[in-house]
Amino acid sequence: MFRTALRNVLAHKARLLMTILAVMLGVAFVSGTLIYSDTLNKAYGNQATKSLSNVSVGITSHHAANDTKQAPGLSEKQIGQIAALDGVESVSPRVNGFAGAASRKGELLAEGWSNNGANFSPGKDGKDPFYAFTDGNGPTKAGEIALDAETAKKGGYKVGDKVRVATNKPAEENTLTGVFTTEDGLVNAGGSLVLFDSKTAQKMFLAPGYYSDLSVTAKPGTDNDKLLAEIKPLLPENAQAQTAAELAAEQTRSIKQLTDGLTQILLAFAAIALFVGIFLIANTFTMLVAQRTKELALMRAVGASRKQITRSVLLEAMIVGLVASVVGFVIGVGMAAGMGPLMDLIGAQLPAGGMVITATPVLTALAVGVLITMLAAWLPGRRAAKIPPVAAMNSVHATETVKSLVVRNTIGAILALGGGAVIVGGAAMGKDGRTVIGFGAFLTLLGVIVLIPLLSRPLIRLIQPLLNRAFGISGKLAGLNSVRNPRRTGATASALAIGLTLVTGLTVLGVTAGDSLDRATRKDITADYQVSMANMSAMSQSTVDALAKAPGVVSATPKLSGGAQAGQNDYLGISGIEPKALGPALHLNVLDGSENPLARGEVAVTKAYADSTGLKVGQTLDLRYEDDKKSSVKVGAIFEDSDNFGDVVMDVKELLPHYQTPMYYEAFVKMDGGESAANKQALVDATGKNPAMVIMDKNEIAAKMGGMITQMLNMMYGLLAMALVIAVLGVVNTLAMSVFERQQEIGMLRAIGLDRGRVKSMIRLESVVISLFGAVVGVGLGTFIAWAIGQTVKHNIPEYALTIPWGRVGIFLLLAGVVGVLAAMWPARSAARLNMLAAIKAE
Amino acid sequence: MTTYPYPTAHQTVAVAARATELSKVYGHGETQVVALDRVSVDFRQGEFTAIMGPSGSGKSTLMHCVAGLDSFSSGSVRIGETELGTLKDKQLTQLRRDKIGFIFQAFNLLPTLNALENITLPMDIAGRKPDKAWLDKVIEMVGLSGRLKHRPSELSGGQQQRVAVARALASRPEIMFGDEPTGNLDSRSGAEVLGFLRNSVRELGQTVVMVTHDPVAASYADRVIFLADGRIVDEMIKPTADGVLDRMKDFDTKGRTS
Repeated sequence: MFRTALRNVLAHKARLLMTILAVMLGVAFVSGTLIYSDTLNKAYGNQATKSLSNVSVGITSHHAANDTKQAPGLSEKQIGQIAALDGVESVSPRVNGFAGAASRKGELLAEGWSNNGANFSPGKDGKDPFYAFTDGNGPTKAGEIALDAETAKKGGYKVGDKVRVATNKPAEENTLTGVFTTEDGLVNAGGSLVLFDSKTAQKMFLAPGYYSDLSVTAKPGTDNDKLLAEIKPLLPENAQAQTAAELAAEQTRSIKQLTDGLTQILLAFAAIALFVGIFLIANTFTMLVAQRTKELALMRAVGASRKQITRSVLLEAMIVGLVASVVGFVIGVGMAAGMGPLMDLIGAQLPAGGMVITATPVLTALAVGVLITMLAAWLPGRRAAKIPPVAAMNSVHATETVKSLVVRNTIGAILALGGGAVIVGGAAMGKDGRTVIGFGAFLTLLGVIVLIPLLSRPLIRLIQPLLNRAFGISGKLAGLNSVRNPRRTGATASALAIGLTLVTGLTVLGVTAGDSLDRATRKDITADYQVSMANMSAMSQSTVDALAKAPGVVSATPKLSGGAQAGQNDYLGISGIEPKALGPALHLNVLDGSENPLARGEVAVTKAYADSTGLKVGQTLDLRYEDDKKSSVKVGAIFEDSDNFGDVVMDVKELLPHYQTPMYYEAFVKMDGGESAANKQALVDATGKNPAMVIMDKNEIAAKMGGMITQMLNMMYGLLAMALVIAVLGVVNTLAMSVFERQQEIGMLRAIGLDRGRVKSMIRLESVVISLFGAVVGVGLGTFIAWAIGQTVKHNIPEYALTIPWGRVGIFLLLAGVVGVLAAMWPARSAARLNMLAAIKAE
Repeated sequence: MTTYPYPTAHQTVAVAARATELSKVYGHGETQVVALDRVSVDFRQGEFTAIMGPSGSGKSTLMHCVAGLDSFSSGSVRIGETELGTLKDKQLTQLRRDKIGFIFQAFNLLPTLNALENITLPMDIAGRKPDKAWLDKVIEMVGLSGRLKHRPSELSGGQQQRVAVARALASRPEIMFGDEPTGNLDSRSGAEVLGFLRNSVRELGQTVVMVTHDPVAASYADRVIFLADGRIVDEMIKPTADGVLDRMKDFDTKGRTS
């Protein structure tokens, strides 16, 4: 049995090529993902170990900006007590925050959030064990800094150079006193680190005399747990101490969480690719079985049981799956190796490390590849078993029963219509309908896949006149050929349809969300410029003051972000703005009540919150602020929810007293003459040319949000590319099969005068028809599902309106056509090169 | 007998196809096989010629070379005034499309097209409108008027081959070639098809060249040429089935003794 199966596989090498490729790519995706995630885990783990090499006990304090009761961190006195403990060798107190060194051109040297600042903390020997200086020394007074080696190299800075450093205050010039290397994870991952002397850093990031973190290095032979027990009583309430072992375990856990998330997303896309591959594999085995009808019937006639026939087909699938999996795994290893450089390329900075291959990816790769292939070959195998022995005696192949298609179409119709109804129902349910829609989408997709052979005839017949007119006889024959084997055409188109359903669905949702947010932002922000920090941190009062004094500024309004508790469990986000800013700088879309409640000492609340609590204009709302102070405010207006405001908007003067340091994340500037290059420059100058300051006009705000959505969409496209590639292989496969089966016909057409060019164009057009058919089904289904999901999120997105990006949909269809042409390249060439005489004679 | 519809201008009948010193050699040196050995033959307009010979005699190769389906090693082939030896694939294809009709043993109809569409396929390929009067005459002759909308799968073997005959005739070719056109048919359907071929010569003035191994089929022809070992060895005018059979038996004996 095994020998027969093996011989069959070898005999049909060429025809199995696409199947092997499809399984191979799917398996490569899976094994590449698994290996890469193991490798990443290991690299992060190594780094964690390295960065903890000097640490016996680590202490971290948490300090909220609004906290007025507690000390901001570890005092120098407390640190002195810890350092004096018996087992302690040395302590490194640390305080850190945002600081970014600028290039000579005035731009930050690292990505916004990866610019860090900390203090140089020399021990008794004058050295800081965490930083190894390769040049110069650590900073000792204000105006001096040290930089990590990579950042210094990027900026071209040498010891003694002047370096502009941006913080949340206007930027200042500093002298570079030293360049160092470190095992700090953030720096290893491509971030930058600016070291200040401790006093300057404390003043900048926390409070004079206080540190936020402390690393304790024990004397050799000291028990860390015992040391921890001694340290704990010395700590303030808001500080936490852990041994190095605990810290390492915690880091490993959080790393695993991070990489697991990534792995799951990648595996989901790999699963889609493999699912798409099933159609291709099933097509191939159906054809192989059909071609071997006589042979299989003969085996039945000489005494093979049905089970044995099915088993022989499955065995063949197993061999194919095994071969493909092994090759796929090797490619997966290559993919994993290529991921690191690729991630660097797209700007995700991850630590480097050697590749790790465990048994899991090996076994998973083999199991997935073999099982998928056998699963896809199962139906054709069963069909093979149904061939009656008598088929060996006559040349008439067992014809497909009409009944099976009737049953199939009925099931498909029920699934598709039922799924569609579920989706519409889910859409009507609003917010809670998302899961329902997901289920409905799954049903519809299944239904459409089942129905697709039935759909192929009328849909393709619809464009038949166009084909006839535009391409003459090649077009006519192509159209007719494409519906000759509806099952095969259907399966081929399904693979493409699945990919395009996802691509279109995501695109429509992404574009709709982007456009809606854009509209909302343009409506909410009436100011000319929005100013914020590159690292998304808060800016200081001094920055706001500097902006207000810039030439040409009519008004500069900060938006204070805070929060308060209302009722038992409702935590409300609060935006504090000046009453006079409502109108010129910011706009509230008031649905009920006063246009400017702030001016009357009242507050505005969102419609969502008002709806959920039954709050009405004129009623009062009891708030407990984050400093535990309480007050009652009167609701003066209810406004449409917006990403630009919290749940409650109130006068900034009311909110400010509850915070020690104000959290100004954004400031809005109205200027004389509106948006202009000169005005923008005036703001840049006013903030001390601070490279960490982001000054955006409305187009730039919109572009930033659009950019994030575009980036997400591009990532999705990239991940779906594998599924699409496999779908395209399916088209190639189907065409190659068709050409092989129709050799005689093609030979005849050549004999009676169809030239090579038109034989090629006939095959190409068939390919384009199948591809476009799949694409149209996918685009239609994707748009429908996107509409339905949109219905459930439209309450969360202000200014929601479904946007169908016709341009992009057009591009998808165009690409499907191009894909059709490309997929037909090889089959069309082999059709045109067919040996005419041999083809005519072949029976 | 009149040659309708081509009244000949000259007394001598024009030649539809001519092979001169035609050779076809496969392989080199030791393994060299000579399929055709300097064959010279004329196929005259308005004549029904059968090519016979034992298997391996080169009869099919001769037809394929003359019909522009296969290349040849040396010599010349002309269809009308056109020399085939110098033609590129594209020109050969066009020549087959415009000047030659084919009937195959295995019918070779397109299952996706109905009978009428199959018949007009060569004109569709050429992008020409069929000559309606001629088409009707052809369809009437092969007796397919009632079945034009049928797909090949809905027709019997004989009916399918009649469609194939009509397809070959429809574009009014200069010459028609048949490769064992009755090979897959029962004797009654075979006789019908041969009758149509003869009628197309007698009544429509067509030129037909047919390869066959069946003496009865050959007896429908005006002339039979016999091939053996790649050479024309005999010719028979106005053949009878028995006469052809005897001649063929002669090959068999020779084959056995040599």
